[in-house]
Amino acid sequence: MTRKVLEVNNVTMQFGGLIAVNNLTMSADYQEIVALIGPNGAGKTTAFNMITGVYRPTVGHVALNKENITGMRPDRIAQRGMARTFQNIRLFKALTVLDNVVIAQHLRLKSNWLASTLRLPRYNAENRLMYERAEELLTYMGLWDVRGEISSSLPYGAQRKLEIARALATQPTMLLLDEPAAGMNPAESRELTGLIQGVRDHFKLTILLIEHHMDVVMDISDRIYVLDYGNLIAVGSPAEIQANDAVIQAYLGVDEDEA
Amino acid sequence: MAKMASKTKQGPGAVVSVALTAALLALMALLLWRMQAGIKDVYIMKITRLCAINITLALAMNLINGFTGIFSLGHAGFMAVGAYATALLTIPASNKAMMFMIAPLVKPLDTLTLPFPAALITGGLLAALAAYLIGMPCLRLRGDYLAIATLGFSEIIRVLIMNAQPLTNGAMGLRSIPANATVAWTYGVALFTIVFMALLTTSSYGRALKAIRDDEIAAESMGVPLFNHKMLSFMLSAFFAGVGGGLLAAYNGTIGQDMFRVTMTYNILMIVVMGGMGSISGSVISAFVVTIGQEWLRFLDGPITVGRFHTDGVVGLRMVVFAALLLIIIVFFRNGLFGTKEATWSGVWRSFGKLRGLGKRGEAA
Ligand SMILES: Nc1ncnc2c1ncn2[C@@H]1O[C@H](COP(=O)(O)OP(=O)(O)OP(=O)(O)O)[C@@H](O)[C@H]1O
Ligand SMILES: [Mg+2]
Repeated sequence: MTRKVLEVNNVTMQFGGLIAVNNLTMSADYQEIVALIGPNGAGKTTAFNMITGVYRPTVGHVALNKENITGMRPDRIAQRGMARTFQNIRLFKALTVLDNVVIAQHLRLKSNWLASTLRLPRYNAENRLMYERAEELLTYMGLWDVRGEISSSLPYGAQRKLEIARALATQPTMLLLDEPAAGMNPAESRELTGLIQGVRDHFKLTILLIEHHMDVVMDISDRIYVLDYGNLIAVGSPAEIQANDAVIQAYLGVDEDEA
Repeated sequence: MAKMASKTKQGPGAVVSVALTAALLALMALLLWRMQAGIKDVYIMKITRLCAINITLALAMNLINGFTGIFSLGHAGFMAVGAYATALLTIPASNKAMMFMIAPLVKPLDTLTLPFPAALITGGLLAALAAYLIGMPCLRLRGDYLAIATLGFSEIIRVLIMNAQPLTNGAMGLRSIPANATVAWTYGVALFTIVFMALLTTSSYGRALKAIRDDEIAAESMGVPLFNHKMLSFMLSAFFAGVGGGLLAAYNGTIGQDMFRVTMTYNILMIVVMGGMGSISGSVISAFVVTIGQEWLRFLDGPITVGRFHTDGVVGLRMVVFAALLLIIIVFFRNGLFGTKEATWSGVWRSFGKLRGLGKRGEAA
């Protein structure tokens, strides 16, 4: 049987007079890759922000692994296994690549601040494990060689990959990727496609993906949700979405490959 | 890829670094000990001890402002709490009775005295408690609002001290505070603070604080509870500010609410900014530079004759000059002496290597 990892029920987000997301219902099953697409300003990032706790939905509910997380603080939601990347990269800019991935494991630390400062044996063991996991992740993502670099000095594509590595470091069950291929060339975005499927299998993840690169979306999505002006206009398999009139209408005249 | 070379380790390794640092500190301690015995110049010894107190105060402020990226301007208030607690807990009962002329000192305190270290720690804990109460509303604010709110609370503490006659002796302040701020105590506390801050900021909690400084939203989304971590940093910072304030009380012998105006916060902030927000070694070096520099510039407050120009002394000119220096540093070296980096032995090694390289080239030419 399939197990629902993420459930979004009749969620609405209103900013003053603007309804950014209107009565959205969606879900993701265990190890499914679900895409959320739509023209610029459709409300995709806003939906992410409601799911991850950055915004509290005006109306509606969000559940992660059957637990109601509506209005919960982002750090609490992260602790429950939700991780995300950001559309406009939000790395810890002044810190090294390695530090970025180590910091993201802080939420799993059991030692308190005093035990950590005093370097008690249990903390030392936990700390060593954090660095081992960081090495594993960075090697997996092909970033181990640049571990000592300041994260903001990396090329764009590598920064996007580091965002994914950092999200994975929190040990999530649900991963949200906000335009991971933005700014990448075709070769890079092809590589990313393989990578996303790879992490899904390797880390047993459920993935929700926002993406404008249609080749990436059609390639890896099990299911696609289409938003337009905050409204859900279509749901279906890649083939169904490609043939959907409403979707074609919404995208008419919009260059979906713009970064 | 082009930067691969810069990653290869140069100079001595971590163990050698620790050994060298320990040796340097031991050498300093030995020198100070010899100085105390040998130097009869009370003035120099006073400045030397003030340097150590300023190290503690600067590191306290650097934790919240530099490492956590929260622009707090409330440190004078926390220092005042520590200073008054230490003073009230160490002044002998007979002196207290003489001092509190308008209204006697409240009950248990009028006879209670504690050993100096216990008084210092109590002062630190009370300052941390004050930070908890102030942090509750303030740490939910951002940027400028937080700076203004903490500054306001610091002033409130000062006004409370001025008016709580039976506890603080009001505007008359406190006198005959035992002179416990010896070289051993001031440098002992400074050393403890350095070690504590170095261990804290390199721990997982310290890394989380730096993450908050770099990007709050990202940090929170990676599972760092913002409020809770900011509060930890704020209270620890206040604790050390309180201890530093206690040392300052013992150093001065007298205290009054007037000492703990916003200018006090700015003085410490100047050390932190000059050394680099988020650099422990920067704060330590800067504490020496600023403290000694301020003393050295004292001649500016006295009568000056430059050629045919003569003034009988402008009180405060020294601070004007110092403020100008601070401005220059902020404009030209935005990140202070060290930025967020630490002075490391391998860094010293490298610059030494560069100097040698320059020398050789000089010879060849
Ligand atoms: N915090 C906010 N306050 C007010 N309006 C907002 C806020 N966040 C988003 N909006 C508005 O909500 C709408 C949806 O924005 P959103 O960022 O979710 O779009 P998007 O689908 O992610 O677009 P893009 O493809 O450009 O990233 C936009 O009109 C945007 O201006
Ligand atoms: Mg978006």
